[in-house]
Amino acid sequence: MATEAALGWWGVPLAILAGTMRGGTPFLFVSLGECLTEKSGKINLGLEGTLLTGAMAAYGVSYLTGSPWVGVLAAGLAGAALGVIHGWLSQQFRVNDVAVGIAMIIFGSGVAFFFGKPFIQPKAAQLPTIDLGAWSGIPAVEAALQISPLFILGVILAPLMQWFFKSTRWGLFIRAVGDSPDAAKAMGVSIFKVRLLSVIAGSFLAGIGGASLSLYYPGLWTERISSGQGLMAVALVIFARWNPIQCLWASLLFGGAQALGPALQSVGLKEGYYLFNAAPYILTLMIMIFTCSPKRSLTGAPGALGTDT
Amino acid sequence: MSSWRRSFESISLSFGAILAGLLLFGIFCAAVGQNPFAVYGSIWKSAFGSWQTFQNTLIRAAPLMLTALCTALPARLGLVIIGNEGALVVGGLAAISIGLAMGTALPPVLSQIAMAIAGMIAGGLWIMAAGALKHYRAVNETISSLLLNYVAIALLNHLVGGPMRDPSSLNKPSTFPLSEAVMLGQIPGTRVHWGLLYGIVACAIAYFLIQRTTFGFAARTAGGNIRAARIAGLPVGQLTLTVCFLAGSCAGLAGMVEVAAIQGSANESLNVGYGYGGILVAFAARHNPLAAIFISLLVGGILASGGILQRAHNLPDATVLMFEGIVFLAVLYSDSLYGKIPWFKEKPLVVSPPSPPSSPGQEPVVIS
Repeated sequence: MATEAALGWWGVPLAILAGTMRGGTPFLFVSLGECLTEKSGKINLGLEGTLLTGAMAAYGVSYLTGSPWVGVLAAGLAGAALGVIHGWLSQQFRVNDVAVGIAMIIFGSGVAFFFGKPFIQPKAAQLPTIDLGAWSGIPAVEAALQISPLFILGVILAPLMQWFFKSTRWGLFIRAVGDSPDAAKAMGVSIFKVRLLSVIAGSFLAGIGGASLSLYYPGLWTERISSGQGLMAVALVIFARWNPIQCLWASLLFGGAQALGPALQSVGLKEGYYLFNAAPYILTLMIMIFTCSPKRSLTGAPGALGTDT
Repeated sequence: MSSWRRSFESISLSFGAILAGLLLFGIFCAAVGQNPFAVYGSIWKSAFGSWQTFQNTLIRAAPLMLTALCTALPARLGLVIIGNEGALVVGGLAAISIGLAMGTALPPVLSQIAMAIAGMIAGGLWIMAAGALKHYRAVNETISSLLLNYVAIALLNHLVGGPMRDPSSLNKPSTFPLSEAVMLGQIPGTRVHWGLLYGIVACAIAYFLIQRTTFGFAARTAGGNIRAARIAGLPVGQLTLTVCFLAGSCAGLAGMVEVAAIQGSANESLNVGYGYGGILVAFAARHNPLAAIFISLLVGGILASGGILQRAHNLPDATVLMFEGIVFLAVLYSDSLYGKIPWFKEKPLVVSPPSPPSSPGQEPVVIS
């Protein structure tokens, strides 16, 4: 981000704008995945592990095959594989989905770091970007406005998922299973299958979110590539009231908050760099404090969420 | 109503789950081209093989016992708190601040007590914040406590990299070191520091508190059915805050132990995974503080074997994380086997009448 220093303080809003799109992409995919999962009445806290595994799989496969898009697919499939474990285990008798999520964070990061060790050094093929800033002629602006096709895919996916929930048969099944399992049972829908598939599909999306980390921004694979994005996405879904379109806006907000620390550092404000890095977590906490209430359950929350049905 | 069969069931399910995890891990090792028996052998040798190596396990088990309580105590109240790492970090930071401020003017014992209290208060307040958010704002305590971990780590990086940095620590930013005199010593005849005793005592107190006092009974009642507890007039909010404070103070004490017995200063080595390890211990021990002592030894052994897996088998250091994850999943699955294995069943005294169908679509098919 050294180039942004040339713009002086204007670099800060520019970097935050860029951050909303760059840093927002993983949030977007993970939150859409979590939204899909939670609509079916299960919580998947393990998406942090899924995100890391996705990032590792995308980077490794892209490096080995030379094709970043194969890497994106591999990330989704790796995520879905973790989703099978979560979806199956969290529906066993007396097994709590939050606890399984914690175990999956540990297991997923273990998988990612174990198999990712050989890929820390080499440089993998990155996803192509769409340059919206070419008109400006200023390198910093051009760099900031390089948009990933994954971001655009995510932006399209949000309204698509909204439509899916509202207007399709399968969307109705998922909402029925999540809101009122008894009604779903009466409809003849298999709760187990619907939830399993929702968790798997959600984890597939979270895996792609990981691919956007390692193949777009920051575009490398290290063990510190994800710092709680998978987890913040869970809080983000609550903030977005389980609405895919609002997940999109919330993801952009979080992406911007995440860019605050590096942006201020790039203009020379080094004091308190690490504290600014805590901004997204504090923002998440603040949002949860203001949106939750002990007196009523949240509007839009799936009825069976967090119950043992 | 619990008889020996039931206690035996819970013990054998826990150990069975850990054995199953070990087996799955062996299959995984075989799949990546390692001889699983050689790996088991190395883990055994480096964790429990000799008194020399077992001391390494004990050193790692000490903070695990304390961080496990951070999850186990609130669990009895029905809360899933996983802010262990954060409470450990702020506890360590508070301890080092007091330790450095007091210097060597006072007798070491007083400094150590002050450091321990500072660590406990800091860690306790940290987790109490998550409990307060849960009680007053219904914020999900699992998410908030995990977010607080990241805030604590950012705070650690900030303080260690800036205001509290020792300029002579170049490669690995650290605070100024504690003087040798105030460091926690070793239990005579061993290399194991006194922190192990802290861990065992804390687990014993926690067990007594939860199982044998009115306070513990109230907490368990509220954990079982919060509405019934409210109707019975139990101060649920007060219970939540107190239990969370105690839980956090245990993890904060673990931070003090790490600073005052191992590191000698605060640096990023404070978050090396005792938080996640503690969560695993708590769940594997089914949130029983006494069981946590023994499970800590097992998990401490796994952590202690990380080095040899790297050196002798060329496995990456994340192998330990992977192992922990597999064991954790196996432990959770074993919960679903409760009451499913016929041998453990109590002989029923009265045959209960068939219950009416609970909802339409669930009627049992009667074949006449």
